[in-house]
Amino acid sequence: MIDIKDLRKVFVMGEEEVAALAGVTLSIARGENVAVIGPSGSGKSSLMNILGGLDRPTSGSYLFDGEDVGSFGDDELASFRRRRIGFVFQSFQLLPRLTALQNVELPMIYAGLEPRERRERAAAMLDRVGLGPRKGHRPTQLSGGQQQRVAIARALANSPDLLLADEPTGALDTQTGLEVLALFKELNAGGLTLILVTHDLDVAAAARRRVSFRDGLIVSDERDAAA
Amino acid sequence: MKFIELLRFATGAIVAHPMRSVLTSLGVVIGVAAVVMMTSIGLGAQQRVTSTIAGLGSNLIIVSPGAARGGAMGPGGGLVRGAAGSGQTLTDADAEAIGKQVEGVAAVAPVVRGQAQLTADGANWNSRIEGVTPPYLIARDLEIAQGRMFDDREARQGKKVVVIGPTVATQLWGDDDPIGKRVRVRSVPFEVIGVLAPKGQSSFGQDQDDVLLGPLEAVRSRIVGRRARGDTVQTIYVKAADAEVLDRVQEDTTNLLRETHRIRQGDDDDFSTQNMASILAASQAAIGTFTVLLAAVAGVSLVVGGVGIMNIMLVAVTERTREIGLRMAVGARRSDILIQFALESITLSLVGGLLGLLIGVLGAIAIARIGSWPAAIPVWAGPVALGFSSLVGLVFGAYPSWRAARLDPIEALRRE
Repeated sequence: MIDIKDLRKVFVMGEEEVAALAGVTLSIARGENVAVIGPSGSGKSSLMNILGGLDRPTSGSYLFDGEDVGSFGDDELASFRRRRIGFVFQSFQLLPRLTALQNVELPMIYAGLEPRERRERAAAMLDRVGLGPRKGHRPTQLSGGQQQRVAIARALANSPDLLLADEPTGALDTQTGLEVLALFKELNAGGLTLILVTHDLDVAAAARRRVSFRDGLIVSDERDAAA
Repeated sequence: MKFIELLRFATGAIVAHPMRSVLTSLGVVIGVAAVVMMTSIGLGAQQRVTSTIAGLGSNLIIVSPGAARGGAMGPGGGLVRGAAGSGQTLTDADAEAIGKQVEGVAAVAPVVRGQAQLTADGANWNSRIEGVTPPYLIARDLEIAQGRMFDDREARQGKKVVVIGPTVATQLWGDDDPIGKRVRVRSVPFEVIGVLAPKGQSSFGQDQDDVLLGPLEAVRSRIVGRRARGDTVQTIYVKAADAEVLDRVQEDTTNLLRETHRIRQGDDDDFSTQNMASILAASQAAIGTFTVLLAAVAGVSLVVGGVGIMNIMLVAVTERTREIGLRMAVGARRSDILIQFALESITLSLVGGLLGLLIGVLGAIAIARIGSWPAAIPVWAGPVALGFSSLVGLVFGAYPSWRAARLDPIEALRRE
C-alpha cells in the first residue's frame, strides 16, 4: 500500500541544512502493524508527517496505493488526509469546546456527511472504543485514557486506510497505555493498517514489525514470524 | 451545506467567549449607531428646511430692504429675517411698480409686521400682526377657512378689519365663532371678518396660526408705523406665475428696483431679493455637505471598530493555532479554515452592525422626542448599515483569516 523510495526531507536552519530524512526506502503492505522506533531527532516524526500528508518530501517518491502523494497540492493533500488517514496524537488534540461526539464528528463534517449520518457514525465509533456512555462529555471531563479513545474514534471516523499514531501512549500511565495498545491491536486485527511512532521499546514490542531510525536513516527492519 | 457547518464553527467560537465577542463588536456597534444617527439627523434637518421654505409659499421671491449679506446662509428664513428691517428703502410704490412692470408675476404683496397685545371680551393674548394686501393670501399660499378676506378697497381705506389665525381665535374666544367679534390691537379696535385655515407649526417651532392679518394701511399707521416713514414696507413678496419664470422675474424685479431707486451702475443694491428655490437648493446643499461630513466622522469610528475586530481575530488565530492544525490534520482545506475565520469576523461585525442599527434608530427617535430636532431615519439605513458592517468584517477579517489558512499544520499542532 505504501511505497516510498529514497525519501529525503531537508530543513534549512539558518545557514545550515539539516536532513531529517536522508534517503529512506520502505514498503508497507495493507493490514500491517508497524512500529517506527528511534530517539528524538531520528527522523521518525518527519516520516510520519509525510506519510500522513501533512508535509511534502524534499525529494524521493511516496506512492500510496499507486498515487503519487508527493506531488499533491494543498487541497489534494487535505482530501488525502480526510479520506485515507486517521491521526492519533500524543496530546490527543481534542477541541475542548466540543463534546466527545462532536469531536468525533469533525472529520466527517469536512468530508461533507449529512448531520444525521455523522452523528450515528460518531456514536457507533465511540461505542466501538468503549466510550458509549460518555458521548456528551467534554474532554476536560474525561480521563487521559478516555480522551485518547475519543481521539482514536475520531481517527476512525472516515474509515481511513491507514491509522498513524504518534506516541499515542506517551501521555498515559502504563495501565491505560496498555489498554490503548490493546485497542490498536484489535483494530489491526480487523484489517486496519497501523503505523505507530514511538521511542518506547515496550510499546514497539506490541507491533509485528519494527522499523528503527537513526539520523534520518533506517538502521533495522525486523518482523515477527507470522502469528 | 458545508458553508452552514463552517458558519456553525464560527458562531460557536463567538458564543464560547460572550464577553470578549461583545467587546470586540463594540467598535462596530458605536460606529454604525453614530452613522445612522448622524444621517438621520442630517436628513431630518434637510426635511425641516424644505418644509419651512416650502411653507413660505411656492415660486416666491422675497424682496427685503437693505443690502444682501453674503450668500445663502443656512436654514432659509435666517437670511431673510437678518436682512429685513435693516433699512426702510421699500415702499408701496415699489410693490406697485413690480406688479405693473414685471411680466410673469402672479401676485405682489407688500407687508409690514409688528407684535401686538390683543384684548377681546376680557381675554388677553400677544400675537404677530401683519399689515397686508389681499394678494398676500395668493403669495403665501394661505386659505380662508371661515368668513372672508378684506378686499382692495378696504385695504386702501385702512378699514379696521382683521383676518385671524386659528390660534388667535381659540385663545380669545375659545370655541365661539369669532366672526363679527371685536378685538383691540394695542387698544385699537378691529373687527374680525375671517379666519385662516390652519397651517400648523412651522418646523422652526413657530405657530404659523398665531397671526392677525390686517389691511396694510391700517396696520402701518395704527400699529407698527409710528417710527416708520408713511409708505415703507418691510417685505415685498413676489410670486412668479410658475417655476420657469422664477429666475427671470427675480432678475426683472432687481433691475426695476435699481432703476426706481436710482442706483448707479456698480453701486450696491439698497434691497435684496431672495429666490425661495435657490435658497432651498443652497441650504439643501449646505446641510447635505454637513451630513456627509458628520457621517464621515462617524464612519471613522466604524473603521476603528474594524481594527478592533482585526486585533481580536489575530489573537484568536494565535490562541487557536492547535485547533487550526488539528482541523487541517483531519482534512480541512486551507479554504475551509479561511472561510471559517472570515465568517467569524463577519458575524462579529454584522451582529455589531445590527446592534448599532438598533441603537442608532432608537437614538435618533430619542433625539427627535427630547429635543425639537427632527430625525428622519432613511429607509436605506438598514441595508447600508448591515452591508457596511459585513464589509468591515470581511476587510478586517481578511488578514487574520489568511494567516490562519497559511499555517503549517505540523507547526500548528506542535504549538502549546
